[in-house]
Amino acid sequence: MKRFARLYSELDTTNSTTAKLEALERYFRDVLPQDAAWAVFFLTGNKLRRAMPARRLYAFAAQLAQLPEWLMDECYEAVGDLAETVALVLPPPRTGSTATLSAWVEQRLMPLAASADDAERTARLEHAWMELGGVERLVWNKLITGEFRVGVSARSVVRALAAVSGLDAAVVAHRLAGEWRPTPENFLALISPQSTEPAASTPYPLFLAHALEGDPASLGPIDAWQIEWKWDGIRAQLLRRGDDAYLWSRGDELINEAFPELLESGAALPPGTAIDGEIVVWDGERAAPFGALQKRLGRKAPGKAILAQSPVVLIAYDLLEVDGGDIRGLSMVERRARLEALVEHSSPPHLRLSPLVEPVDWDALRTQRARSRELGVEGMMLKRRDSMYGVGRVRGPWWKWKIEPYSVDAVIIYAQRGHGRRASLYTDYTFGVWHEGALVPFAKAYSGLTDTEILEVDRYVREHTREKFGPVRVVEPGIVCELAFEAIQPSKRHKSGIAVRFPRIARLRRDKRPADADSLETVRALIGAAQ
Amino acid sequence: MISLTPAGLYCEAGDFHIDPWQPVARAVITHAHSDHASRGHEHYLVSRVGLEVARRRIGQAEMQTVDYGEVVVVNGVRVSLHPAGHVLGSAQVRLEHRGEVWVVSGDYKLQADPTCAPFEPVRCHTFITESTFGLPIYRWDAPAELFAQMSAWWRANQAAGRASVVYAYALGKAQRVIASVDAQIGPIYTHGAVEALNDAYRASGVELPRTRRVAQLPRGHDFGDALIVAPPSAQGTPWLRRFGDYADAFASGWMQIRGVRRRRAVDRGFPLSDHADWPGLLQAIDASGAQRVLVTHGYSDPLVRWLGGKGIEAQALATRFAGEQGSAETDPAPDEQGETLS
Repeated sequence: MKRFARLYSELDTTNSTTAKLEALERYFRDVLPQDAAWAVFFLTGNKLRRAMPARRLYAFAAQLAQLPEWLMDECYEAVGDLAETVALVLPPPRTGSTATLSAWVEQRLMPLAASADDAERTARLEHAWMELGGVERLVWNKLITGEFRVGVSARSVVRALAAVSGLDAAVVAHRLAGEWRPTPENFLALISPQSTEPAASTPYPLFLAHALEGDPASLGPIDAWQIEWKWDGIRAQLLRRGDDAYLWSRGDELINEAFPELLESGAALPPGTAIDGEIVVWDGERAAPFGALQKRLGRKAPGKAILAQSPVVLIAYDLLEVDGGDIRGLSMVERRARLEALVEHSSPPHLRLSPLVEPVDWDALRTQRARSRELGVEGMMLKRRDSMYGVGRVRGPWWKWKIEPYSVDAVIIYAQRGHGRRASLYTDYTFGVWHEGALVPFAKAYSGLTDTEILEVDRYVREHTREKFGPVRVVEPGIVCELAFEAIQPSKRHKSGIAVRFPRIARLRRDKRPADADSLETVRALIGAAQ
Repeated sequence: MISLTPAGLYCEAGDFHIDPWQPVARAVITHAHSDHASRGHEHYLVSRVGLEVARRRIGQAEMQTVDYGEVVVVNGVRVSLHPAGHVLGSAQVRLEHRGEVWVVSGDYKLQADPTCAPFEPVRCHTFITESTFGLPIYRWDAPAELFAQMSAWWRANQAAGRASVVYAYALGKAQRVIASVDAQIGPIYTHGAVEALNDAYRASGVELPRTRRVAQLPRGHDFGDALIVAPPSAQGTPWLRRFGDYADAFASGWMQIRGVRRRRAVDRGFPLSDHADWPGLLQAIDASGAQRVLVTHGYSDPLVRWLGGKGIEAQALATRFAGEQGSAETDPAPDEQGETLS
């Protein structure tokens, strides 16, 4: 655990990607395979199922520290991280521990998670806390809550493993995709120089696009590009391997149960096929707003009613595997031709080819992009015709060209303190718009301000608090922001009757007074325009 | 005996102020940080050992000094200063009038500090305490442990040929760091703002290891083996360019919190404070034996509520030493003078 805690500190104290990679490489070289396996498991964002609910962890720590709930809450407000708050308030440890990460996970965490008896669980937890100080205790808590957030992505773990093993990052990513189990054997297989046959269900790592900020004309002649709509659903890979079909979301979660109709599509494909596409709810003519798809997500075995009410399709836009062979090295044009032939030949149900947009020039494309909202799409995808299917987010071959977001001027009416590096500062705001002479809550937004602006707003909030409700402050109207969001639709769950997607702060409008903010009627009119 | 006026804490019976923020006739000063020691008063009362440091802050003014424990009578009020353990010369002010005793603690800490006299508990009826770190998440490691970490960090940087820059408030924290880190490791250099106060400390009889101003060194000097002590305001300035490859660290109690540490964007944060931590505040309040506690700058609300729960009469006192948990408490401003801002 000491070594893993040191890795955690090293990752946490630097912002440099190179330094993070070096720290990861040193760690993977230093430790035994069983420890490396668990490090891979946790650093790629996994956690043990039902180790202990965070609220229970928190309440038990308060009890041990002999703190009343209100004071524990004050501490949490100042720290902004549950695992860290717990680590800080507990009494100092009584002893140290030399056990390694795998011993801590397998001999302490797993029995704790396996026990159904609350008294036994808390006794094990207390025992663990009394053996760990400082960062080790924090890391142990994070193993339970599963929120590492040390600025390490699955991709950097993959890159470090590639450097350690001398393998191509794509090979490591492919081996790691899917449901990877943290055993010493699997870790050795992960970095083994010999090729290992990928498991039957393993998807390919996704190739991702960068956002295009400027004008597409800078990309050169338009005929070098294959252009498609950018669908607002969830990215998925549909595999047919042997007799079985597998549906993966974003390459790492198997979602077969949630979308039975897409397994029918998979069954119609020839064995040894991998299709990359987007799952959307299809209303017969166009994709429904993302909110409709949310009703289908996270549902195991959806009932008949919901299947009929929100039917999905897979919009297929790429083909990665044909007859069991990896064709990612072929050009986009060649893969597209094979995809079209495949769809025509097997005509799988609930699967639609992603239509190509074929404008004569960039101006014509701009005109077509303006139709995005009425088509229910987020903009366009520009893919170089000669591009191979790579790994991860690479600049150049693929671009997403999203439509301009909606924007509304709204006033901060409530504020709460933030988390992580915004701990203790008021950074989470609820915005209101005018309705019948009062400001009604309309959206929450957390991101978009610079550090300096955050300090300015934080000071304003502290000096202009009207009332406090627990952690929430009611703020005197005074700060206007331009909010941007991607989609808008009616909602019964929200007081304003409106739900918006990805709201964020586009700009602090120092030039505007609260009276200049938009009204609910103006905002509602956007829904009309959207439909 | 003490009330809060627009100019600051005021003792009506003795007709003087304590750490006032507006010009007054008579000011008793707890210590020389700028939010407590302001310029422009007609007459000052400071601790004798703190005179040199106070002069640097206040400049030429009429200053009366007293030894710790020595009583002066001001308009019938018996006034004495007692060590607060915060920085050199820092004092708690004890006031006695018609059998009633009040103590104004100023800023204080209970941890050992080789550069100033240790905190001395003073019994009183009413105790005015700070609460900068008044939450149970603030519990300092023993200084020996923390400075062992800082020395190890310096050694590791030195082995890599990298300079070590520590940001520490120029008055107090910087001298504590210089006196406590293992000076055998290599040379210690300072920013001019720090060295000016080193001079004042040495002139007051505090022994510090040899230090040299960075500005006195020739161009192209190799800092790879050195520790450089600079005020926090130096972070991110061109002044640091001369050190070439360097690692930086911030020495402050706020570094206890990971999010604050990350926001500060230093390579390392050492939670080292000249203020009392949560156990320290409770211990000092207990040792004062006070029946009534008035809580100033910091986390005053939680501390007041906690004390109330323990049967102690407590209330918050809104001094200028801080607003209600101003962002200064979480975002150490690039101010070299103290850990709280007014």
